[in-house]
Order: sequence, then C-alpha cells, then structure tokens
Amino acid sequence: MFDWLLWFTQMENSKPLALVLFFGAFCGILIYLFTGKQRARRLESYKYIPFDDEPPQLDNSPSGHQSQSRKVMDNE
Amino acid sequence: MAQSSALPVEQYNFDIVRKFMIVAMVYGVLGMSVGLYIACELAWPFLNFDIPALTFGRLRPVHTSLVVFGFGGSALFATAYYIVQRTCQARLAFPWLAEFTFWGWTAGVALGVITYMAGFSQGREYAEFEWPLDIAITLVWVCYIVVYVETVRRRSQPHIYVANWFFMAFLLAVALLHIFNNLAVPVSLTKSYSLFAGVQDAMTQWWYGHNAVGFFLTAAFLGMMYYFVPKQAGRPVYSYRLSIIHFWALIFLYMWAGGHHLHWTALPDWVSTLAATFSILLLMPSWGGMINGIMTLSGAWDKLRSDPIMLFLITSLSFYGMSTFEGPLMSLKSVNALSHYTDWTIGHVHSGALGWVALVSFGSFYHLIPRLYQTKLYSKTLVYVHFWLATIGIVLYITSMWVAGIGQGLMLRGFDDYGNLAYTFIETVEFMHTPYVWRALGGAFFVVGALVMAYNMVMTARASRSEQAALEAKLAAKLAKA
Repeated sequence: MFDWLLWFTQMENSKPLALVLFFGAFCGILIYLFTGKQRARRLESYKYIPFDDEPPQLDNSPSGHQSQSRKVMDNE
Repeated sequence: MAQSSALPVEQYNFDIVRKFMIVAMVYGVLGMSVGLYIACELAWPFLNFDIPALTFGRLRPVHTSLVVFGFGGSALFATAYYIVQRTCQARLAFPWLAEFTFWGWTAGVALGVITYMAGFSQGREYAEFEWPLDIAITLVWVCYIVVYVETVRRRSQPHIYVANWFFMAFLLAVALLHIFNNLAVPVSLTKSYSLFAGVQDAMTQWWYGHNAVGFFLTAAFLGMMYYFVPKQAGRPVYSYRLSIIHFWALIFLYMWAGGHHLHWTALPDWVSTLAATFSILLLMPSWGGMINGIMTLSGAWDKLRSDPIMLFLITSLSFYGMSTFEGPLMSLKSVNALSHYTDWTIGHVHSGALGWVALVSFGSFYHLIPRLYQTKLYSKTLVYVHFWLATIGIVLYITSMWVAGIGQGLMLRGFDDYGNLAYTFIETVEFMHTPYVWRALGGAFFVVGALVMAYNMVMTARASRSEQAALEAKLAAKLAKA
C-alpha cells in the first residue's frame, strides 16, 4: 500500500525532486516579491520600521537650551 | 503598512544590552591579544617557553573561542536584544531569563577557555568545549531563543522587521548545529568520543564548521547590519524586497556548502562537487546583501567624510563582499588544491572575521554607546584613530597571509625535472617567517585599535555618570529651593 514511498528513498529520484521543490519555492518568492504594485509598496514600507520608535525629545529645557546630559537621538 | 507606536526609551530593557556590550569588549580585547600572542609564537617559537598551557595548540582554541563566542557571541546577544525591542516596539520578555543568558554565556566562555588551557578539548574546530559545557551552552541557547521569540510574539508592530528574520534563523540553525555536531559518548567528566566515525565525523564537523560561519558569523551579523546601517545613515535600507531575497537565498544555500572544507579527502566526489556548486551560488545572495547595505547610503555618500561610524559599517560591508568573493573562489577544487592546508585559509577567515564581523560590531557598538549611556561619545577623533588602526591592521594581516599561503602552496607543489619535491617542508617554514612577522604586526594594529575603543567606551561611561550626578545635584538644589 505504501510501496510508492520507496520511490523517495532512491537518491536519483529524491535529489531532482528536492531541486524542483526548492527551485520552485525560490521562483515563488521572486514572483511574490516582484508582482503587484500595491504589494511592492506595502513591502517597501516595512523598511521604515527601524525609524518608527524614535524616542521623544525629553530633556529640552523650557528656555530651549539643551541640558548637558541630553539624550542622544537616533538620527544623530 | 508599518505602524508607528513609539515607546519611550526607558520602557526598553537596555541594562542587559549594556552588560553584553561590556563583556563583548572585554572578551574581544582578551581574545585578540591571545591571537596576537600566538601569531608571535608562530614567528618566534621561543615564546612557547615550554609551558604546555601557553603552547599554540592550547592557546589557539582559547583565541578562537574568545573572539567568536566571547566577543562575537556577546555582541550578538547585545544587538539582538536591542534590535528586537526597538523593531518590535516591545520590552524584552522574561528579564530574569535574559539575565540568566548573560551569566550563563559569560561563564560558559570563561570556563571553556580555562579548560582548553588545562588541556581538555574535543578536538573539533570551533566546538572544542567538552560535553558538560556543551550541555550548559545548549541550555543557555534555548533560553536565548525563548526570550527572543517571546519578545517577537509580544510585538506591537504587525510586521517582523527583516533583521529579526536573520536573528531567528541564526538562533534556530546554531541550536541544530551545536546539538548534532556535539553528539558524543562521554567516558568521564572531561572526556568524550564523537558519536560519528571516519568521514561521517569529518562531514558532520564541517557541516557545523561552515554553517557556524554562515549562521553565527554571517546571518546574525547581517541582522545587525540591516538595523544599524539604516539607523546610522538616517535613511531606510535600499530595498526591502532585496533583503527578503537575500534572506531566503542565503539560508537555503549555506547549509549545503560545508563539504568544500573536505575537498580531496575520503569524502565522496559528488558531495565535494555539490558543496563547491552551492558555494559558487552563495556569491549571489552575499553580494546582493552587500549591495543592499552599501546602497543604503545612496544619495548620502558625504556621510563617509563626516561620520567615522558610517566608515566602520560601510568598510565592514566591503570586506564582507571581498571575503564572500574569495570564499567561493577557494571552494573550487582546483584552487582548493593549492589553498587548502596553507595560510591562505587563515587570511581568508580573518578578512571575514576582522573585516566583516569585528568592524560591523565596532560600528554598531559606537552607534549604541551614546544611546545606552545617554550622552555623547567621549571622542570622535578616537573613533577615526580606531578605524585606521583596524583597517591598516586587517590589510597587513590578509596580504601577509596571501603571500605566506600562496607561496607555501606553490612550494609544496613544486617538482624538479625528475619528479622529486623541489622544496623540503622546512624550506616552506623558513619562507613563511617574514610574512608571519608582518601578520603579527597587523594583529598588533588591530589590538591597539580595540584598546582605543575600550578607552573611549570607558570614558564615555564615566562622563555619563558625572553628568547624571551633576543633574541630580541640580535637581536636588532646585527642589530644596522650592
């Protein structure tokens, strides 16, 4: 009943099969990434994530003069 | 779409990042100094002093473990814990477990190098720890995975930023590599025998060895690069879609390339060919990633003139490109026949380890130091000094190893008209003395650079403390006045 599974145990069968599967997956990733303008825009928007949590300027004195131990901002 | 939900800096756990960064610098300086010492031993063998603990054979794993696991590993813990919090906008999960990873990792590396000096070793390159330490490290690593993955799970950002993908691949792959390569039968507390034998043992070791380079020293540091290069440049990564291709291609291809360390051995020829083929294919994702990182500066190249931290990061990417070109070249069987068992391999490893891994870590640390200590860096000039010392050191190191390695390879393959070897082994050793001296000089430049950085770091921390004290005194005076 499960004799067909033996086909996979032969290296000359399983190696090209693995090649086809992995190559197919890679092509699938390429197609996913480079088709659809909206998807492209969405994916590219993720590159701004590192800038999404810029800390607020906490220690500017009311006079606008910065204290000596002010925080270093991420864009410095 | 990317969501903006900024958390104040205080809500992140930066204490653990600071600790790992400090211990990375301590292990880095120690490990590089040991490297310099053994480089001197090779040039001037009297430095062994007939003391077993100081011989090259024992100090070599001390050097590699201190720099790879002590410096590189701690740098990865520090940056992974920093990046995951900031890109997921979530505080680090299980702080007590993260604390355990710090003490566990630091103690593991320290115990490891002590046991090497005492003569205990599994004899597996980059995996010399004996079995009790292997088990302890596995435990620490599982805790690292738990902390990291749980922080990602708690993210307030819907998308998982690509740097975290690289870190997660590294966490998973290193766990697999470490466990399978260290499967052994213990015969005492300090001695074990590998579960594998013969060529399978060699293949397992180099499957581990090459992927330790691929996932520990490449994928994870690429995660570092994908966060710190855009942050330092103040502009997003050149192409996010390219980073996705980079990720999938790199993690798929790396796993197959380990066999190229065993060309012209008892390894079946088809495994050798497969490894060489995948090594050549690896050039594409490697260079794709390098271009993605360097092109992040597109339109802002002037930063290279004014920002020494950017110099560190972009130069590290250039060395990454160079060593990932050299690697596939050396994996070709015909080139390998010349390069293997020579110092060309040592030069190649160091162009990646010093040029890529160390420089990107230094650049990332210089970015982190002011943010973790909440003050400006003590000296920007010293950052330039460090950069030039490191760069000159690397160039001296790798060029001297090219001369030593290629010369040695050609001499070992030289035949006279009668088919006899043209050179004796000792003639190759004599030939290599001069390049060895230059290599030690290059290493000295690099160590001095690291010491300059450590000084800059200590002075920044001290300045931060005195600024904080002054601020508190000012606040107390104001309160008293009120």
